[in-house]
Amino acid sequence: MSLFYECVAAFCVGGLLCVVAQLLIDLTRLTPARILVSFVVAGVVLSAVGLYEPLYRFAGCGVSVPLLGFGGALARGVREAVHTDGLLGVLTGGLSAAAAGTTAAMMLGLLCALIFKSRPKRA
Amino acid sequence: MTDKQAYLQYVNRRAARSPVLRNCAAAFWVGGSICLGGQLLRALYRALGASPDAAGTLVSITLVFFSALATGLGIFDTIARYAGAGTLLPITGFANAVVSPAIDTKSEGFVLGVGAKIFTVAGPVLLYGTAASVLYGLIYWVYVLFS
Amino acid sequence: MGHIWEFEAPARVLSHASAVGREEFLGPLGSLFDYHDESDRFGAKTWEKAEGALGATVFNLALGRAGLSHTAIDLLLAGDLQNQCVASSGGLSVFGVPYLGLYGACSTFVEGLLVSALALNAAQPLSRVAVVTTSHNCAAERQFRLPLEYGGQRTPTAQWTATAGGCLLLERGRQGVCLTAGMAGRMVDGGVSDAANMGAAMAPAAADSLVRWFRESGESPTDYDAIITGDLGQEGSEILSDLLAMKGLSLSDRHRDCGVLLYDRARQDVHAGGSGCGCCASVTAALFLPQLLRGEMRRVLLMATGALMSPTSVQQGGSIVGIAPIVRMEVLEK
Repeated sequence: MSLFYECVAAFCVGGLLCVVAQLLIDLTRLTPARILVSFVVAGVVLSAVGLYEPLYRFAGCGVSVPLLGFGGALARGVREAVHTDGLLGVLTGGLSAAAAGTTAAMMLGLLCALIFKSRPKRA
Repeated sequence: MTDKQAYLQYVNRRAARSPVLRNCAAAFWVGGSICLGGQLLRALYRALGASPDAAGTLVSITLVFFSALATGLGIFDTIARYAGAGTLLPITGFANAVVSPAIDTKSEGFVLGVGAKIFTVAGPVLLYGTAASVLYGLIYWVYVLFS
Repeated sequence: MGHIWEFEAPARVLSHASAVGREEFLGPLGSLFDYHDESDRFGAKTWEKAEGALGATVFNLALGRAGLSHTAIDLLLAGDLQNQCVASSGGLSVFGVPYLGLYGACSTFVEGLLVSALALNAAQPLSRVAVVTTSHNCAAERQFRLPLEYGGQRTPTAQWTATAGGCLLLERGRQGVCLTAGMAGRMVDGGVSDAANMGAAMAPAAADSLVRWFRESGESPTDYDAIITGDLGQEGSEILSDLLAMKGLSLSDRHRDCGVLLYDRARQDVHAGGSGCGCCASVTAALFLPQLLRGEMRRVLLMATGALMSPTSVQQGGSIVGIAPIVRMEVLEK
């Protein structure tokens, strides 16, 4: 699969997922927080029923960069941990798989709080 | 229009809708571009010798880094006002949701401000994502047990 | 049985002042304000303290314009949008003036004017009273909505909390611009629970107050040069016009809304317009009072509108109660 084809697929699928989220924001009374939660849970469900991985092979970052990918990673992590650690894996698998992104966000949040100060919104 | 229900119907009917088409177009091209950028980064990390898994993780970290920087410099919210779900749904939105309360609550101190409030916006995603994975893990564990 | 208070001794406006932040300065009224701070910080480290400093600024400016010291003020009536009104107490405590903290959401300015007229009409009246109200966009965003750096979109009916403050100094007297009558608003629950549509939440209270005012006073809107509302915004103003039409009342071309006037909605992304305690106060002090003083208007009705709610009440899905107190301002000659 050529890089060009991968990029087109990532752009289109990622863009379409964002359009779905935008439609939910604009046309329903769902708050953005609820929509994000729905996408993460949807990622877990898609992975559970075996749809996430084929989708990922097709669109790459088009599905893994949107929050669907966070759910996909959680589900994959828990699946692998159940195989290696059994019942304990149920508790360790999810967050372990999502640790890098979450920890990076936390540490950068702390660093930004040290460096930057809050600015007024501009109309 | 004497009762509340009739008034609410009237209010909802007349309230201007968000410009859906414009918003969707912006979400599509910005969101798509972020994913495209991720794909290019992934190819770069692969070419530098990272394993597929490591490359994916590095893409996430890189995008989180740039979102945090944009948030700190005060340009993320300007872009997001235009892009809507285009910046909200990718991991950039998650990073912004963690970094923005951190910067904002600095005035209340690093423990009770930054420390306690850092997940006020992103908390639901972490909690319910993890809860869904635990539920799935339990079902999967039972499934593995009996197959 | 009446709800209108006709003041036996009118309260005369002795002095006025206004101050705003960057966006308000960039709006169509920008050059009219006495003071503006491009950084929105007003020399303070936090947004909450900045709002307090804004209140102190307008109080000082009004004192300066009247050539008075703060010791000449017998009562300070102030309010803002922060929890427990800490902007007012934090910013104005240094003056040591006897103080009543007020809360009427964005209607606080007119609430303050009503209380000031009471104090000046007591059997043994006070001689001078100050009314100060403020709001700060950053403090309000943090308290009511989301972190300032959070990236999100707002709906077209949402309003923009003004970084603004206004102060009026009043004394007993019947010369110049005077408050001659007033009326408290009734709390009206229109059933609206959407905090991004405060115009719709406040319009029923505004309509209720105006209908009661004109019915009881026997006056008509044409008896006034302007009927000024605080911060209904574009959405709320249009709804008010519809609600009044159903009661057979038309404000025709006399309606002016401070929230609509404060920004250029074509150029500034403030959606339905400005809001906040400082919106009505700053626009009144910067635009309408000078017009009355110059004799361009003789008689106006000033009605501030407030959305009574808290972040918790909104999250729990409670409906937003509206309130709209009215004060009549007119130019009296001795």
